[in-house]
Amino acid sequence: METIILFAPLVGALICGFGWRVIGEKGGQATATALLFLAALLSWVVFLGYDGQPRQIPLFRWVESGSLATEWAIRLDRLTAIMLVVINSVSALVHLYSFGYMAHDENWKHGEHYKARFFAYLSFFTFAMLMLVTADNLLQMFFGWEGVGVASYLLIGFYWRKPSASAAAMKAFIVNRVGDFGFLLGIFGLFYLTDSIQFDTIFQAVPQIAETSITFLWTEWNAANLLAFLLFVGAMGKSAQLFLHTWLPDAMEGPTPVSALIHAATMVTAGVFLVCRMSPLIEYAPQAAQFIVFIGATTAFFAATVGLVQNDIKRVIAYSTCSQLGYMFVAAGVGVYSVAMFHLFTHAFFKAMLFLGAGSVIHAMHHEQDLRNYGGLRKKIPYTYWAMLLGTLAITGVGIPLTHFGFSGFLSKDAVIESAYAGGTAYAFWMLVIAAAMTSFYSWRLMFMTFFGKPRGDKHTHEHAHESPMVMLIPLGVLAIGAVFAGMIWYTPFFGDEHAVGDWFGTSILMHPENNVLHDAHYVPLWVRLSPFIAMLIGLALAWQFYIRRPDLPGKLAANQEILYKFLLNKWYFDEIYDFIFVRPARGLGRLLWRKGDGAVIDGSINGLAMGVVPFFTRLAVRAQTGYIYHYAFAMVIGIAILITWMTLSGGAE
Amino acid sequence: MISADISIVLPEIALAIFAFGALMFGVYTGKDRTAPLLIWLTAGFMVALAFWLGVGATGNREAFGGMFVNDAFARFAKVMILLSAAAVLVMGQDYMQRRDMLRFEFPVLVSLSVIGMMIMVSAGDLMALYMGLELQSLALYVLASIRRDHAKSTEAGLKYFMLGALSSGLLLYGASLTYGFAGTTVFSGIITTLQAGDMSLGLLFGLVFLLTGLAFKVSAVPFHMWTPDVYEGAPTPVTAVFATAPKIAAMALLARLAHDAFGPAVGDWTQILAVLAVLSMFLGSIAAIGQRDIKRLMAYSSIAHMGYALVGLAAGTAGGVQAMLVYMAIYVTMNVGAFAFILAMERDGRPVTDIRSLNMYSRHEPLKALALLVLMFSLAGVPPTVGFFGKLYVLRAAVEADMTWLAIAGVIASVIGAYYYLRIVYFMYFGEEGETLDRRMPPVQWGLLMASAAVMIVGVVNLFGIDPLAAVAAQTLVR
Amino acid sequence: MTVADYAFYAFALVAVAAGLLVVVARNPVHSVLWLILAFLSSAGLFVLLGAEFVAMLLIIVYVGAVAVLFLFVVMMLDIDFAALKAEMAKYVPLAALVGIVILMQLALAYGAWEQAEGALGLRQAVTPDLNEIHNTRALGLLLYDRYIFLFQTGGLILLVAMIGAIVLTLRHREGIKRQNVLAQMYRDPAKAMELKDIKPGQGL
Repeated sequence: METIILFAPLVGALICGFGWRVIGEKGGQATATALLFLAALLSWVVFLGYDGQPRQIPLFRWVESGSLATEWAIRLDRLTAIMLVVINSVSALVHLYSFGYMAHDENWKHGEHYKARFFAYLSFFTFAMLMLVTADNLLQMFFGWEGVGVASYLLIGFYWRKPSASAAAMKAFIVNRVGDFGFLLGIFGLFYLTDSIQFDTIFQAVPQIAETSITFLWTEWNAANLLAFLLFVGAMGKSAQLFLHTWLPDAMEGPTPVSALIHAATMVTAGVFLVCRMSPLIEYAPQAAQFIVFIGATTAFFAATVGLVQNDIKRVIAYSTCSQLGYMFVAAGVGVYSVAMFHLFTHAFFKAMLFLGAGSVIHAMHHEQDLRNYGGLRKKIPYTYWAMLLGTLAITGVGIPLTHFGFSGFLSKDAVIESAYAGGTAYAFWMLVIAAAMTSFYSWRLMFMTFFGKPRGDKHTHEHAHESPMVMLIPLGVLAIGAVFAGMIWYTPFFGDEHAVGDWFGTSILMHPENNVLHDAHYVPLWVRLSPFIAMLIGLALAWQFYIRRPDLPGKLAANQEILYKFLLNKWYFDEIYDFIFVRPARGLGRLLWRKGDGAVIDGSINGLAMGVVPFFTRLAVRAQTGYIYHYAFAMVIGIAILITWMTLSGGAE
Repeated sequence: MISADISIVLPEIALAIFAFGALMFGVYTGKDRTAPLLIWLTAGFMVALAFWLGVGATGNREAFGGMFVNDAFARFAKVMILLSAAAVLVMGQDYMQRRDMLRFEFPVLVSLSVIGMMIMVSAGDLMALYMGLELQSLALYVLASIRRDHAKSTEAGLKYFMLGALSSGLLLYGASLTYGFAGTTVFSGIITTLQAGDMSLGLLFGLVFLLTGLAFKVSAVPFHMWTPDVYEGAPTPVTAVFATAPKIAAMALLARLAHDAFGPAVGDWTQILAVLAVLSMFLGSIAAIGQRDIKRLMAYSSIAHMGYALVGLAAGTAGGVQAMLVYMAIYVTMNVGAFAFILAMERDGRPVTDIRSLNMYSRHEPLKALALLVLMFSLAGVPPTVGFFGKLYVLRAAVEADMTWLAIAGVIASVIGAYYYLRIVYFMYFGEEGETLDRRMPPVQWGLLMASAAVMIVGVVNLFGIDPLAAVAAQTLVR
Repeated sequence: MTVADYAFYAFALVAVAAGLLVVVARNPVHSVLWLILAFLSSAGLFVLLGAEFVAMLLIIVYVGAVAVLFLFVVMMLDIDFAALKAEMAKYVPLAALVGIVILMQLALAYGAWEQAEGALGLRQAVTPDLNEIHNTRALGLLLYDRYIFLFQTGGLILLVAMIGAIVLTLRHREGIKRQNVLAQMYRDPAKAMELKDIKPGQGL
């Protein structure tokens, strides 16, 4: 069954990608989608019927080289089961949604076939992602890791006619290389120390690793800390954490279903999954864990601030994703991996839904993405409005305080914030609370600007705004169910007491016996438990004030605080700084190597040889061929003279 | 004794008698009208002889007091010589006939020349060596100027004759120096005296002069100067003869002289041959770039290829001789195919030799263009053609003999040389549209072109099993 | 020093000097004459070696036939040797250098000349004992018995030369009247002539 889950998307991708000419574009799409739904169904069967016993299902032998021996195996434990459900459900719904969303696309000329390709990419991505989460060893994981990278590249650059899409695709790929470099170094380090890349072997060896020191970059490090750090660098790239986040907003150049699937629900959470998967290592690497908390909290705050002022509907949600990923890392960093997975799980539902809802809005508004040109769409697209409303309620964390009743985001986010407090890092706690307020603000801002107020922008577009077809609304409905109920249903196993969590997760995550954060998180002061809810209310109130009651205020504020506004609007100038520090010197260096190194030295010498020296000798040789016999005879005699002189001198005689 | 001796030289005698008979037949019957018949008869007879030699005799036999040796090496070379001579004979018939220069003496002279070559590769004595060489050369001098009304043809013959005489003089001088030292002209005698004592400077000079005399025949640099002019000036069928059989004979003779007579002085002649090889490879590759005339280009090409064959010899080992033999077999096959094509290059019935006339040839004659492409790739040594393996063999032999520098030089030269072969391919496939060549190609030439190209591809499998044969041949030579 | 020794040196010196003059003489006719002198000296050397037959061959064939043929050819062709030599004169310094180098090398080689042990024995083993048989006969024995193979190959070479000469020079021109001796001899006045009796003052 697990094998079917893993390979169904691959089969779908192959049939759809290569076989659509035979079975037709519609047939290809339908095949891929049907197989995905099969995989999703089986995933739920596995998830619900999973007995807690970790299993390994070997598929075939893979790499054998020296002491490196690797099988291709499916590692099935609770973590994998959760990820299977998340990936396959969202992917199946996105496939279905894409039927409607991709039906007519202005980026393609009439008669061009792009749909089958799109579906094949989607299915291929799903396969790669499944490979990542079912990995039984680091190499397999890395394979999936790069596979999703490739799929992401292909899908971001799907509209290859748009230069910005191609640029964004390259940016995503290149920024991820930085993270992958760290990830690879981490894998190498683990293999160096344990002589294995099997998770089981590595996890058993972790206590020894924690006591080993290793020399890296001329400095002695604690091996566990260093390796955990390196692996986290990989996670930072994939999960768009601070310093390596710049690709994610640009990735919104891809079609919206892609954003929902890859850049909200699944691929970007791979980093969180990696940290949770490597929990036995992280537990023994306190400094690295602190670093994770710091980066996560800062990202959550940073992305939220930027999200406040963005005007592109997808970019707002993208920064929101970035921010929510920070939450997850904070939870993982303080040692409650179950909570990180909890937020990952709920986030997948409501964020995918928000993206799909945004897609529905964009679809309705004829690919208009600027919030400033929306307004008053509530009546025009009611179903989308309700879905987005549910998603917003979920992400902002609406629920009844001090109880376990609320939208999924309410439960998971509160759990993260409480864990952060219990983890003893005030910085992280306050950052997350402030971020929660801002989350509420920008989410409601999005809602208000889109669905309330007066229509702005092109009148014609507004008049022709229409509700999306059923294939797009069904996924919204299904995800809405998840967004509303997922938190309440699975609260206990993710964030119950230690035993409940321990029983549920089994050995898939490891919490050190001295790690009491989960326990402490249930006994935090009352104000801590109330703080996220209050933050949410503040955000809501401000948004209402700014965008419903006094719509002129934002403009004034932006004018007053122009420096701050520009700072946020330009995303803290990260792109500009990177451009200055890395891109330009690299380009300069590249240009230097190209012009001088490649052009002058290599091409120069090769061309010089090929076009200068060789023809010179050619001319010489041709000119020597005078046609006079005595010249020829002379050449022979000179040859003999040289040969016998050489023989005399070299003393071959003795 | 004499009957035993005669039984050993029987193939040569048979060919000689055949040549007399053909001559008489031609003179007393239809003169030049009999030429096509004689050509086919001669070619058939040569093929039969090759078959006889290849299948019939075994073992290592000597005749006339060691003057004439019939061993596996000689038989290998003779089979190659006979087959290639037969191929180029039938190939040129149509060309000569239509240009009214087909003389019935043509097959007779080729037969006599082939007898000379057979004596060369069987020579066990400096005198036999010289007689074979002269017999071979003299016939070729005549062939070069067989188109006596054509200034270039007579010029080619005269140049070849004059320089050939000079090289013969050098060879004889070397032979007399050797005789002066060893007191005998028999190879086995020379090698015995060499094994007994030191190498004197006089003998060393003798060796150098002998080698230069033979280097002229294989057109190794700096004794190559005649090659381009003679190749260009001689009628194309004769050029095809020059490029194939005599090269095998001279190269085989060089190997026999080096190993059978001067075996103990291996350290000396490998140095000389290595230098000649490097010079030939580079000059052949570099000078060919400047050529527009495909016959001149093939001349430089053969200079370069002789350089590679010399690399095998310069290794000074049995493996090197084996590699050389394999290389020569491949070289001859490639050249038969290439000249089959060149013979058919004509426009409005007039022969064309400018390589630019091949512009966009692929569009009009895709199959022939493809065959020529395969041959050019093979000549350049592009894998997976057989030509690549030929080069690989000789270079490997050099490496195994601790002459890595020689192998590296060979690789560099082959890179340079690839340019002009690929340029022909470029013209055929990417050139500009221009005047086209005639589509006509006689079936014989077509068949040889296609067969040669097919061999270059199919032969990759096991080189048609010539490798072990060459190994046996090399073993009999290098003891 | 016997008379034979003096004679040897005289002939040898003349041979070398004449050889040199063949090359350097300005007039090609003179060159051929010097060549004849060189042949004659060589014949003298052969006589001194006891090879009278070869000496006579040299005089009859080379001096009598070959050299005279050369003379004819040189005089008939009328080549401007002076111009050719002027062209070549440009290279004299380089040629001289190369020549000197080769000469020095050869001097070195001959100076340290040695021959292999037993070389003399090998050399003598080939020739029949001249005390027992006449040298002409010995020559015959070598040529027609021991070296029959080479002799026959030499024959082939001459055949090639003959064929070559014919191929390159023989022309069958159309429309040329050739003398047919037999036809002339068999010609009969009775058939060739017809007598007509013409009466005076009538005309035909």
